[in-house]
Amino acid sequence: MTDDKDVLRDVWFGRIPTCFTLYQDEITEREAEPYYLLLPRVSYLTLVTDKVKKHFQKVMRQEDISEIWFEYEGTPLKWHYPIGLLFDLLASSSALPWNITVHFKSFPEKDLLHCPSKDVIEAHFMSCVKEADALKHKSQVINEMQKKDHKQLWMGLQNDRFDQFWAINRKLMEYPAEENGFRYIPFRIYQTTTERPFIQKLFRPVATDGQLHTLGDLLKEVCPSAVAPEDGGKKNQVMIHGIEPMLETPLQWLSEHLSYPDNFLHISIIPQPTD
Amino acid sequence: MSLDRLPHHLTARKWPGRSWDYILAGMERSAAAMPSSELWAVDLFGRVFTLSTAGRHWELCRDAQLEFKRVSAAAPCCWGIACDNQVYVHVGASDVPIRCREEAYENQRWNPVGGFCETLLPSDRWPWSDVSGLQHRPLDGVALPSPHWEWESDWYVDENFGGEPTEKGGWTYAIDFPATYTRDKKWNSCVRRRRWTRYRRYKSRDTWAKIPSEDDPQRLPDPFSDISVGGWEITDEPVGRLSVWAVSLQGKVWYREDVSHPNPEGSSWSLVDTPGEAVQISCGPHDLLWVSLWEGQALVREGINRNNPKGSSWSVVEPPTSENGILHVSAGVGVVWAVTKDRKVWFRRGVNSHNPCGTSWIEMVGEMMMVNVGLNDQVWGIGWADRALYFRHGVTQSELSGKTWKAIVAGRECDGSHAGSLSSLLSAGCFFGDEVRGGGESRVPSDSEAKRPGPDPEHDVEVAGPASAPAELPWTNIDLKEPKKGPSHAAADFPEATNLSSLALLPLGLEEPDSTNCHALWAWVSGGGCAVEAHTTLKWFTVHSGLSASMQMLSLSITPAQTAAWRKQIFQQLTERTKRELENFRHYEQAVEQVGSARVHFFQHTFIEHLLHASPESVWVKTGALQWWCDWKPHKWVDVRVALEQFTGHDGVRDSILFIYYVVHEEKKYIHVFLNEVTALVPVLIEAKHSFAVYTPERTRQRWPVRLAAATEQDMSDWLALLDLSCCESRRVHGRPSPQAIWSVTCKGDIFVSEPSPDLEAPEHWLPCDQMFWRQMGGHLRVVEANSRGVVWGIGYDHTAWVYTGGYGGGCFQGLASSTSNIYTQSDVKCVYIYENQRWNPVTGYTSRGLPTDRYMWSDATGLQECTKASTKPPSLQWAWVSDWFVDFSVPGGTDQEGWQYASDFPALYHGHKTMKDFVRRRCWTRKCKLVTSGPWLEVAPIALGDVSIIPESPGAHGSGPGIALWAVSDKGDVLCRLGVSELNPAGSSWLHVGTDQPFASVSIGGCYQVWAVARDGSAFYRGSVSPSKPAGDCWYLIPSPPKQRLKQVSVGHTAVFALDENGNLWYRQGVTPSYPQGTSWEHVSNNVRHVSVGPLDQVWVIANKVQGSHSLSRGTVCRRTGVQPLEPKGQGWDYGIGGGWDHLSVRASATRGPRSSSQETAGKWRREQGLPSGRSQVAGAPQETPNPACC
Repeated sequence: MTDDKDVLRDVWFGRIPTCFTLYQDEITEREAEPYYLLLPRVSYLTLVTDKVKKHFQKVMRQEDISEIWFEYEGTPLKWHYPIGLLFDLLASSSALPWNITVHFKSFPEKDLLHCPSKDVIEAHFMSCVKEADALKHKSQVINEMQKKDHKQLWMGLQNDRFDQFWAINRKLMEYPAEENGFRYIPFRIYQTTTERPFIQKLFRPVATDGQLHTLGDLLKEVCPSAVAPEDGGKKNQVMIHGIEPMLETPLQWLSEHLSYPDNFLHISIIPQPTD
Repeated sequence: MSLDRLPHHLTARKWPGRSWDYILAGMERSAAAMPSSELWAVDLFGRVFTLSTAGRHWELCRDAQLEFKRVSAAAPCCWGIACDNQVYVHVGASDVPIRCREEAYENQRWNPVGGFCETLLPSDRWPWSDVSGLQHRPLDGVALPSPHWEWESDWYVDENFGGEPTEKGGWTYAIDFPATYTRDKKWNSCVRRRRWTRYRRYKSRDTWAKIPSEDDPQRLPDPFSDISVGGWEITDEPVGRLSVWAVSLQGKVWYREDVSHPNPEGSSWSLVDTPGEAVQISCGPHDLLWVSLWEGQALVREGINRNNPKGSSWSVVEPPTSENGILHVSAGVGVVWAVTKDRKVWFRRGVNSHNPCGTSWIEMVGEMMMVNVGLNDQVWGIGWADRALYFRHGVTQSELSGKTWKAIVAGRECDGSHAGSLSSLLSAGCFFGDEVRGGGESRVPSDSEAKRPGPDPEHDVEVAGPASAPAELPWTNIDLKEPKKGPSHAAADFPEATNLSSLALLPLGLEEPDSTNCHALWAWVSGGGCAVEAHTTLKWFTVHSGLSASMQMLSLSITPAQTAAWRKQIFQQLTERTKRELENFRHYEQAVEQVGSARVHFFQHTFIEHLLHASPESVWVKTGALQWWCDWKPHKWVDVRVALEQFTGHDGVRDSILFIYYVVHEEKKYIHVFLNEVTALVPVLIEAKHSFAVYTPERTRQRWPVRLAAATEQDMSDWLALLDLSCCESRRVHGRPSPQAIWSVTCKGDIFVSEPSPDLEAPEHWLPCDQMFWRQMGGHLRVVEANSRGVVWGIGYDHTAWVYTGGYGGGCFQGLASSTSNIYTQSDVKCVYIYENQRWNPVTGYTSRGLPTDRYMWSDATGLQECTKASTKPPSLQWAWVSDWFVDFSVPGGTDQEGWQYASDFPALYHGHKTMKDFVRRRCWTRKCKLVTSGPWLEVAPIALGDVSIIPESPGAHGSGPGIALWAVSDKGDVLCRLGVSELNPAGSSWLHVGTDQPFASVSIGGCYQVWAVARDGSAFYRGSVSPSKPAGDCWYLIPSPPKQRLKQVSVGHTAVFALDENGNLWYRQGVTPSYPQGTSWEHVSNNVRHVSVGPLDQVWVIANKVQGSHSLSRGTVCRRTGVQPLEPKGQGWDYGIGGGWDHLSVRASATRGPRSSSQETAGKWRREQGLPSGRSQVAGAPQETPNPACC
């Protein structure tokens, strides 16, 4: 019998095989070999790329090194998006491994946030968790936690410790027995086709008539173009963690099982590959 | 000794005092497990309907030929007055019959000529008499009391005399009548007698049974006009008693004598004088009885108690206003509601047992024809103008008056369509009303009369409410009475409701539904059998559209969600994703290494460094402050720092070490525990501390676990869950236990499971049982029994039966340690007993002043511990009181009317009446407490159980048929056989009652359908001819107990039969063969045994009473009998396992054979021998000395 717990594990241990290559214009002392790595889907680029940085810095002069940043097919990769989201959104239809270009120069100030240290990632991560809990439980759960619990969440993510993370995170996934779900579902919907970075609205897991809202209900409400494209021809994929859940899937279940560690459902709407 | 005193639902509702919480105890179950109860109502055409708390539709009461005026319901039955003015009682169906034993004695005297003969002396008793000999009682003169009874069998001689079989004919002998009778005929036995018994059975169940009219028409000249049932909760009364009161047309009040569960009809009506002419009567569940009088006042009965359920006197309560008298009253436990002649509803404040009259009237909102107070003081009413049914929403113990009236819009179950087919019901449109109702006051009668003069059967007055807008009247809180509004005004107030419902009305206007499909106006309602509590979700108030209703059913039930396509797809896609993204890239480096330990240790120690060196894959730590019960004397709780370090070995297996750092004499020290060596983690909730014990094989042998205590419950369960997860991980134990698992229960009701390793039952080099790993399951049980096909049943302290759902976790194991489905709320109730002791002195009589040497005047049962009402606490922090202290009258030895038991001195044998020699007395006080937890258990309602046994099956027998034999003993002592039990339906379908002549205590079914049982009098019985085709067998064979011992439990393995007596002796049944399954004699095996479980391999496991370890003594220890061989089924010695507080164990699923099978031979032999004309004892073992598991 498959258990819903297995979903949590599968989500957590999702990996994207990645090939890092140094940008051609970077000045090196000798040739930079590409660097291959399995990136955790649920983590953040700048959190898991110490090895990449070290690898390329070995072939570079100290004065040519400034803040590292990544780019895929011309798009700078936002480190504050989870890796799995970046991949689903930008590269899910291309062949593996994922080819990421590493830059040490010309930081794209208008596209990316600076990431001077892991503390910044932690701050970003925790603010997402708090925002999610504000939506789910009016912040009651996260505020009742102790500082060490917050730390454990972060350390669990940083050290890829599933048990450590979920020992705390499960509390964020609870809801009162008399309710049928969270107050609102923390979600963000991303589309490559629009300028808007993402869609985020208040949406309840349960309709007023007590019926559970599904993924389809959510899309119909907040992003109708995703399910019924106006141009008729082009269909979209609705992707979370590299899979396409059926539109009948209850949103509450998705939120409990397919949320990223920041407790948000990051949903990518991408055009159906034409082939 | 009547076997069938009560069914479960009655006991569950036998509440002491006025404890509302306890009422909930039986009902506060998860929705899936919650037994439903029913609301009864009568419509204007006299048809009786019931509405289940779990349902959405009214169901027409079966036997619908009769039309009724009034009904009054209790949990097990409903009384009513039909239109023929006769009184009827409707007793619900149950798997356990209502049986009553009739008996008669045949008396004989010896004379020198004919020996014993029927010729008695003139001064003697009747040759056929009752037990006293005073009443003539010929067998053919014993008649059935009413046409609703039938004989179960013919008269037969009872050959069982106090648990011992008698000589032929069942005669017992004495010197003379009346005297002490003995089994044996002596030289001076001049008289003899024997008992004839015959059972009668109440047959008119699930139908209306007419109460026979009074024989003497003079006594009951006029028909009844009102009836009320209640009184089943009068403090300390015998369980199952009911008070039935009636009012006749002449205004007289009548009481029905002797109504109880075993006698549902009662015996006769007796007149209770009233100071005025009564019109209507209401009897609360407890001791409230109110009557409304013609003159408009109410009468209140005073002095109702256990010894005098009819009460002693009347008090008069004046109506709220003198101009409008009381029309109708209804009493609950702590409330009285009334309706006055101006249709106003009133709430009586301050009503309770001590002050049944209450203090004052409060006017409520709404105009009602009648109101009815049901269980938990919940209130229903019938609207004056619309004759619709209303439920008082928001009635809680703290707010007895509730919040609003809510219309019940449940539809009527249409004939021919079944409950499940919602859409067809809804499409019929018959639930939708044809008009919109506003507030009750806004509806003046002329409004509806103008449209529809006269009562109209087609006039459906149900409030029409779409799913999104439940029909709810705007009546708000009691004290905030709204100003009256005109009808048009009201309509304008609810435009939304108007619009939405008018849509629903359209089809109704077009086609008038058939009157049988559409219920009419209500005349009467009774909630006395309807258990609604604060958290019950009722589906009575909304009408769902067909689609949404079915959708909601889908999303609410577990199974469809589990099998839903979306869920499958997610699992499948995740697997595909992993394959796609990882399969060809496994050689890639991981971005995040499992980093080495940079964690803080409180103390440097080379040990862990060594360990880390050995396994670079390390470590995450949970640290914290706990308390530790120190190893040295004096033992006490000392503050410690604790760290759990987890690492991954090179083989990928995760393991953990628990470090406990302490300071002794200012020196820092630590102890450590490898979690892969931990054999059990046991919560120990005592001394108001949240503590738990950590066992390893070493610690088990010492009888000295590591005991740790956390500051808060949350902290403790966090630690426990984490340690449990680590233990399970290092042993690679996860998911649900295997069907072969060994189940056990501690004396705290915690449930533990152990997976038997293949060498557990190996004949040689078996795994010592102190090395077995025990893992906790959520839930709370007293008994757990399993079989190797995965069927597991449990029994709670409150005798509730539970079936295992296949989940795991629950309780404090949340999150990862718990399955997502199959976990339900579970509650249990148990009693705490204390004793009030008094000594007699010549001046003042009995007082609470004892001798200096006496026990405490308030003590525990032993008298050694002082236990006062105020200082006695629930057993642990998990438990909460749910009742007040009340006197327990059901203690062994009997009590007087105040519950006292007398004796010559402390401690002594107590008896229930005072004699000259008695200088001390005591009485037992009881208080109920309740625990709510969760676990993989679902209730098997409604019959409460005392014992259960599932057939043990050897692996070869798997799938040997759809049915799994399961026997049980109800808490009343009825023997029951469960039908329809299978792997897919472990709860089974129904009970088959197996008749017995006395209440039973224990039952066990062996691998070859040998059913053994132990009666409450300590005798054993063997059930003949039980087979898959004849699941209940044919008759009982009495098996004499071991000399001077009363048996209390029996366990039958594949072939071996072991029994346990009340003094802790374990007995083996010698000489059991297929052709003579009863065996020949009992052979002593060991003493010091508390419980025995014989498994499918005939392995013998017990819970030993006391076991001495190297460090301390433990009580309640799991022990396995060693050296059990086919030729030596009694075994040789004991192997001690986990212990200290273990209470129950079932190895009956553990069918995993060792490398060299031993019992297969026995089994084969058994089968070979089966059918042979005679068999010799296959057991060669001569009686021999066996070491007892006791060391002290």
